Amino acid sequence: MSQISETPPLSRREWLLSDRPQSRMQARLGRAYMTWRRFSSNRLAMVGLGIILLLVLIAIFADLLAPHSPVIGNLAGARLLPPGSEGYLLGTDDQGRDILSRLLHGSRLTLLVIILVAIIAAPLGLLVGAVSGYAGGWVDAVLMRITDIFLAFPKLVLALAFVAAMGPGIENAILAIAITSWPPYARIARAETLAVRNSDYIAAVRLMGASPFRVVLRHVMPMCISSLIVRVTLDMAGIILTAAGLGFLGLGAQPPLPEWGAMIASGRRFILDQWWVATMPGLAILVVSLGFNLLGDGLRDALDPRESGQ
Amino acid sequence: MTIPETTTQLAGRSRARAKGRATSILKFLVVIVTTYLGLLAVTFFIGRVIPIDPVLAILGDRAPTHVVERTRELLGFNEPLYYQFYVYLRDALTGNFGTSVLTTNPVMDDIRRVFPATMELATVGTLIGSLIGVPLGVLAAVRRGSIADQVVRVIGLVGYSVPIFWLGLLALVLFYAKLRWVAYPGRIDIVYEYSFTPATGFFLLDSLWQGQWEVFKDVFRHIILPAGLLGYFSLAYISRMTRSFMLNELQQEYIVAARAKGLSETRIIWGHALRNAAVPLVTVIALSYAGLLEGSVLTETVFSWPGLGLYITNSLQNADMNAVLGGTIVIGSVFIAINLLSDLLYRTLDPRTRAR
Repeated sequence: MSQISETPPLSRREWLLSDRPQSRMQARLGRAYMTWRRFSSNRLAMVGLGIILLLVLIAIFADLLAPHSPVIGNLAGARLLPPGSEGYLLGTDDQGRDILSRLLHGSRLTLLVIILVAIIAAPLGLLVGAVSGYAGGWVDAVLMRITDIFLAFPKLVLALAFVAAMGPGIENAILAIAITSWPPYARIARAETLAVRNSDYIAAVRLMGASPFRVVLRHVMPMCISSLIVRVTLDMAGIILTAAGLGFLGLGAQPPLPEWGAMIASGRRFILDQWWVATMPGLAILVVSLGFNLLGDGLRDALDPRESGQ
Repeated sequence: MTIPETTTQLAGRSRARAKGRATSILKFLVVIVTTYLGLLAVTFFIGRVIPIDPVLAILGDRAPTHVVERTRELLGFNEPLYYQFYVYLRDALTGNFGTSVLTTNPVMDDIRRVFPATMELATVGTLIGSLIGVPLGVLAAVRRGSIADQVVRVIGLVGYSVPIFWLGLLALVLFYAKLRWVAYPGRIDIVYEYSFTPATGFFLLDSLWQGQWEVFKDVFRHIILPAGLLGYFSLAYISRMTRSFMLNELQQEYIVAARAKGLSETRIIWGHALRNAAVPLVTVIALSYAGLLEGSVLTETVFSWPGLGLYITNSLQNADMNAVLGGTIVIGSVFIAINLLSDLLYRTLDPRTRAR
């Protein structure tokens, strides 16, 4: 101990990379730093991160950035203007609404959908998987059977049926997507749990008298987090596409909300002559889901080197 | 702690080996039965429990009270829930999904009529996806890190990220409206709609079988765009998986041995490595086929393709729950069947899994 404190002060980099961390904090920061170095050396992953950060910033500042109202258009003088028209960078739709403003505000809905789905589905899957893997026996058998049943369903079709029964709307669409997307997380969490449940540190914790509840919550679930984050990020693109598909079918966000999928549906009627009405929101969806895919790939490479082998 | 566990495991393993095949078949049956039960339970829940009032959905809100009461009685909604579920199970297992409000036909008849269209679309899509996707994946693995590898990666990434209905709309504008390369949305030209009587419902095969070249050409011009689009999506998945399987095989020692023996690179790649990668690839292709059945919902809507997907979305728009749930059950059943089948195929094709 004293040896180390006598050496000349470490640079921040050396402090982070020290193989003899002085505190839990230092060890954690060091790990995070290494992960960040691996991640940031991947140029495509950084592009993905940039896209997502931009999306978040746009969603926060949509009110300031949007030049026009996303809901109220200029029916008299600005219907179906092509991109590049004065004051309307991406053109206007059939109700004279500025497409750019609608896209900027629509980013809030996209973000809302993915955040809520992640908040509902990931912890649910994590809990089911960790309990299932740790408890074993019939609990495991029953929980995994339920998971497999949900996993065997076609996701979009099931989400469609749910929304059909509950009525269209963005809340129901979010709920339907969440209900159909937790099973893979449960599978992953279970696999990770099985990998650690017989390890020495779990035995030590149990020996110290920790309840199963505490073991699962404090010592098993944290081990599942990193692979879960990777999977959730990779799933984000699929969630966005499903939400947009529901919107396109008129089952997601209802007009006049500027949801991107619904915008494509409303532009479908003019696609031959006013191509931009449907094209622009599709581009937005493409860019954002591409961003999540790139980010997810990069995270997988950085956090989970086993998986990325190839 | 660890020793007793391993002994029980060992005992369990030898017991399992003794019972051998019988246990695994039994397990498989349990999986099938519980999965289908789960599917039916979930659709029952969706159809009967979630809606505020199914009777209201059928009759509308201006029906007199005695009609509402009578309908409730007739539909069995006054029975306890478990009995309703029993009736529902019995009906579903015999293929009785009720009557469609929209077409007034039994839902099963409707589905039988539209399902071949979806199957044909998904089959052609999977064919396109595997015929292009597998070679692309092999190329990417062999030339790892090259420009070709990057291009294949980008093609795959875009495939994962693009909304299929949007790409379909743009493709229609370009190839149908502007270039006139393909036919308008739909399955067959209206001229042939009445002169051509398909036997199996698979128009490509039927027209070939009957030697009707004009019809075949027309059907082809209709199917190529939606099938190509679906094919692109399965290509994204198939090429990515092929690449990773091939990379895995190319690192194996038998490849080094084959090289040392002086075999040509072509034979090593296509004859040795791909042959071993083919086992998991079969599973991947089967899964992507199941995925296309699902992806057809949005594609069919864009291309007015008279299949199950369009049937479901049309019924959705008209609050026709019988039709929606019937369609969901059929797609779900095929999905589950393909999943199980690919699992079974994998087990029989891979000698390593057979040994256990």
